[in-house]
Amino acid sequence: MMLGKVQVPPTVKRGEAFEVRVLVQHPMETGFRRNLDGQSIPANIVDKLACRLGGREIFSAELGTGISANPYIVFFTTADASGELVVEWSDDRGEKGRVTTMVTVV
Amino acid sequence: MARDFEMNRRRVLAAAGAALAGAALPSAAQRFQPAQDITPLLLQVTRGATPREEGVEIDLPQIAENGNSVPMRIRVASPMSPGDYVKAIYIFAERNPRPLVATFHLNAQSGRAEVTTRVRLAGTQKVRALAELSGDRFVIGAMDVLVTAAACLDESLL
Repeated sequence: MMLGKVQVPPTVKRGEAFEVRVLVQHPMETGFRRNLDGQSIPANIVDKLACRLGGREIFSAELGTGISANPYIVFFTTADASGELVVEWSDDRGEKGRVTTMVTVV
Repeated sequence: MARDFEMNRRRVLAAAGAALAGAALPSAAQRFQPAQDITPLLLQVTRGATPREEGVEIDLPQIAENGNSVPMRIRVASPMSPGDYVKAIYIFAERNPRPLVATFHLNAQSGRAEVTTRVRLAGTQKVRALAELSGDRFVIGAMDVLVTAAACLDESLL
């Protein structure tokens, strides 16, 4: 299980766009680097990330080697009702991560 | 005794030299990356259509001191209504060893077509963002960025 964080405003207005910030702790090793012995460091990339709100997919991303270590992604979405926001991701070794937060619609 | 020591020292030096030589040899990705022609990649995404150059705004620092982490914001002008919205945003960096940096999928309920992230850039280059709109339309935007210390080059080995 990998570490991550998701942040939403404390309350959101119905149907109004709000910001979702996701931070995943991951080295995002490109596979192009070498260690001090000259051996290449194997690639290790978070390649898929998806975000659901109340069971509906609101955002997804395919990441590559061009994303910095500890991927940080900010996007917008709208909500009609309060619900649980779930962010799930996986890396190319099959490691998975998941964080959740509550979205409160007022 | 002295001879043994000498032999040992020689072996150690030889091993260290080999290790250094290996480390100093940059891998293919670490050599100077010329700007690649990303048109085939673009056409693959757009399925042959030519994207219009409008409505995509890329926010990047004019000078990025460290290519390993460059903050980047992409905004697409779109009403984000059920009939007209942004389906996906693709980021391309033409001098990166893998030019397709990331793909973001949005939908009609996203409310705002805006994504922020941090990217790696292998040198000064033009960064492009391609947006796929509903109804199989494509728009593209570009932004030049000066990168003083490129990603992919490991500073510890230089």
